Amino acid sequence: MQQEYTISLFTEDHIGILSRITLILTRRQINIESITASESAVSGIQMLTMVVSTTPDMVNKVARQIEKLVDVIKVFVHTNQEIISQEIALYKVTTRGLMSGSMIGDLVRLHHARILEVTPEYIVVEKNGSKEEITGLLAFLEPCGVLQFVRSGRIAITRQVKELNAYLKEMDDAERTRHVPSEVYN
Amino acid sequence: MKEEIKTAAEQEKTGLEPEISGAEALLRCLVEEGVDTIFGYPGGAIMPVYDKLLDYSDRLRHILTRHEQGAAHAAQAYAMVTGRPGVCFATSGPGATNLVTGIANAFLDSVPVVFITAQVTSGLIGTDAFQETDILGISMPVTKWNAQVKKAEDIPDAIARAFYIARSGRPGPVLVDISKDAQFAGLSYSYRNCTYIRSYNPVIQLQMRDIESAAVMINHAEKPLILAGHGVILSGASEELRALAEKGGIPVAATLLGLPAFPNNHRLFAGMLGMHGNYAPNILTNQADLIIAIGMRFDDRVTGNLKKYAPDARIIHIEIDKAEINKNVRVDLEINNDAREVLAALIPLVRQISREKWIREFRILDRVEYEKVISPETEPDEGEIRMGEVVKAVSDLTEGNAVIATDVGQHQMAVARYYRFSEKSTLVTSGGMGTMGFGLPASLGAASGNPGRPVIAFIGDGGFQMTVQELGTIMQYQIPVKIILLNNSFLGMVRQWQQMFFNGRYASTEMVNPDFMALAGAYGIQAHRVTQRGELRDAIVTMLAAEGPYLLETVISREANILPMVEPGASVSDVTLTYR
Ligand SMILES: Cc1ncc(C[n+]2csc(CCOP(=O)(O)OP(=O)(O)O)c2C)c(N)n1
Ligand SMILES: [Mg+2]
Repeated sequence: MQQEYTISLFTEDHIGILSRITLILTRRQINIESITASESAVSGIQMLTMVVSTTPDMVNKVARQIEKLVDVIKVFVHTNQEIISQEIALYKVTTRGLMSGSMIGDLVRLHHARILEVTPEYIVVEKNGSKEEITGLLAFLEPCGVLQFVRSGRIAITRQVKELNAYLKEMDDAERTRHVPSEVYN
Repeated sequence: MKEEIKTAAEQEKTGLEPEISGAEALLRCLVEEGVDTIFGYPGGAIMPVYDKLLDYSDRLRHILTRHEQGAAHAAQAYAMVTGRPGVCFATSGPGATNLVTGIANAFLDSVPVVFITAQVTSGLIGTDAFQETDILGISMPVTKWNAQVKKAEDIPDAIARAFYIARSGRPGPVLVDISKDAQFAGLSYSYRNCTYIRSYNPVIQLQMRDIESAAVMINHAEKPLILAGHGVILSGASEELRALAEKGGIPVAATLLGLPAFPNNHRLFAGMLGMHGNYAPNILTNQADLIIAIGMRFDDRVTGNLKKYAPDARIIHIEIDKAEINKNVRVDLEINNDAREVLAALIPLVRQISREKWIREFRILDRVEYEKVISPETEPDEGEIRMGEVVKAVSDLTEGNAVIATDVGQHQMAVARYYRFSEKSTLVTSGGMGTMGFGLPASLGAASGNPGRPVIAFIGDGGFQMTVQELGTIMQYQIPVKIILLNNSFLGMVRQWQQMFFNGRYASTEMVNPDFMALAGAYGIQAHRVTQRGELRDAIVTMLAAEGPYLLETVISREANILPMVEPGASVSDVTLTYR
C-alpha cells in the first residue's frame, strides 16, 4: 500500500547532488510531491526535505540508494506521524472580493492567516500550516478572486531526539578510531 | 572541496614546489597512486596531457587503443587482474561519450576504474562549444562518483578523491572531467592521498552480535548453501570462504563473476547458479534451509522467478553495499560489511560438521547433468565441434590457472560452465551488463596488467566484430593474447532464444562473416582455423606455445544450444536439461 513519506537528508554542498538524488527516484518512477532545499543548522551542509508517496518497502530501498551517494551524509525516512511539518503559502486576492461580507474576519479567526500587504487592487495573505489547511484556505478565498497562489514544499522536524550534530560527531569519531582492513584494491 | 585544498596548501606552504602545469600535475598524481599503465585515446581538449605524457613515458606506459570503448574495457580488465584501479583517458565530446558503455560495464560489475576526460576551456562550458558534451550529466547514473575540475590547483585533490572512492567500499568507476585551461594553467603542486571523506563511510564497524547470530543459524542448519559472488574476489576472501565451507561442510555455488572465488574442482563446489548454471545448485537452492549469500546481489539471472525463490530457506546476506540488501530478496539476517572481515570473524564460531547426506544430493543431480548435457557437450565423438569441448580442452591444458577473458553470448556461458577455475585463475567477463565487444579489448587490458600469466580470450563471431579494431592495438604493442574465436556464424544466444521462444523465426541473427584468417593476416597476427575435431587439441597446444598474439578460429556447430536453462519467468528449480 502506498503511503506518504517525508525523506529528510543531509548532504555536502556539492554541485550535482540533487541530480543524483532525483535520478534514483526517477528510475523507480517515484514522483517528488514536494521538495525543499536549504542550508542546515550546520554550515556547509545542505538539508533536503522531500515528500513522496510509495510503499514502505520501496521507500527503504531508495533511501539506502540515496544514502550510498558519496556526498550524502545521512538519510531519514519518516511517516507523517513521526514528524511535525509545515508548509507556507501566499495568496494574492482582489481587495474588492476580500472586503465583502465577513471574509476578512473569518480569514483571521478561522484560518489563522496573516495579511502582508494591502493595496486598492489586491491584498496579499500568508498562511502556515498543513497541506490540507493551505488547500482549505485556497477554497475559502476562491470566491473573492484569487489572482496568484504559491505554496512551498514541506519542512519538517522529527519527534526523535538524536540530532544531525550527533551523527556527524559519530562519523568523525569512528574515523579516528577505526581499524582499517587491508583492501585488495590498493 | 575548495576549502580543503586551501587549508592543505596553507599548511604546506613552506614545502611547496615550483609551479607545474595542471596536465603535469595530473600525471604526477597518477604516479603517486602507483599507476604504471594508462589506456586511452587523444583529441583536441586533452592534448596538453598527452604532450606531457611524452616526458613521463619512463613511468607511465600509455596504450593507444583504436576506440575509447576499447580503452575503457581494457582499463577495467587491467584492474580485474592487478587488483589496482585501472586508468583511462579520453578527450571531450565524442571521446567522452564513446566511454559510456565501458563506464556502465565497470559500474555494474563493481570494478574500480578512474576515467579522466578532458573538457573544453572553462569559459566555453555550457555554450555547446565544439566537442563539448555534458559528460558529467551523462555519466552520473553509471559512476560511483564524478566531478569536474576547472582550476589547475584543484586537480590533485580531485584525483586523490577519485582513487580513494574508486577502490574503497564497493569498488566502482569514477570520472574526473578536466577543462583544457586547467590543464594548461600552473599550480604549486603538492599531493596528499585521500583517506577520509566525511559523507562517505566505506568501512563499517563489525557487529559481533550479527556474526554470532549467523553462526547459530549455520550450526543449526541441515541444508545450508553458500552463494559466492564477485564480492568474495573483490574483498580477497577466497581463503576464508574455503575455510568456512570446509569447516561447516557447506556446498558453495557461485555466480558468473564469483566462479574463481572457489576452486571448481573442490568436492564442495556446487557449480554455477542461474539461467545457464548447473542443475544441482539451481534445484537445491529451493531445498536449502539456509542460504549464505556472500558478496552477491541476487541478480534476476541468478534468482529466476523471485516469488518461487528459495521458499524453505532462511537467508543470511553478507554484503558491503547496504543498498543491495533487501533489494531483490528479503533476507533474515543482514550483515553489511566486507566479506573477508565477516568470514574471518565467523569461521571460529562455526562448528566442524560434515554433511555427507546433503552433499550427496548435489552429486546425484550432477550425475544427471553430466549424462544429459555435459558429456555430450564436452566429449562428443561425432558431429560438428561443440563449444564445450573447446573450452574443456583449454581448461585441461592450462590446468584451470589461466586468465580467461570472454565476450558475451553462448560462448561466454560455455566458458563459465566448462572452464574449471582455480583460485589462481581470473575470469574477466561482462556480467551485469552483458556487453558484446568486451572480450577483445578486455583481453589486451588483462595481458598488459599480467605479463607472466597466459591470457586466453573466448570470443563469438558477433562480438568479435563489435570491437575487432583492437587487433590493431594488439599488433602495435605485440600483446600476447591468445584469441579463440568460436565461430557459429550466428548471434548464437539470440538465435537460441528465437528457436526456443519465437517459433524458430531467425530474425537477423545469421551472419555472413569475413575471412578471419585474412583479417588476422592484415594485422600480422598468427592465425589458424580448425574445422575438424581431430585437429582441435593440437591446434590449442600450438596456440598456447606460440609467442605473441595468436588467433585460433574454431568452426563450431551452428545451431547448438546452451543447456541447462532456467527459462525466463521460471523458478530456478524448474531448470530444464533438454530443449523441448
Ligand atoms: C552490445 C550488445 N548488443 C546486443 C546484445 C544482445 N546479444 C546478447 S548475446 C548476442 C549474440 C552474440 O553472438 P556471438 O558474439 O556470435 O556469440 P554466440 O552467442 O554466438 O556465442 C547478442 C546479440 C548484447 N549483449 N550486447
Ligand atoms: Mg556466434
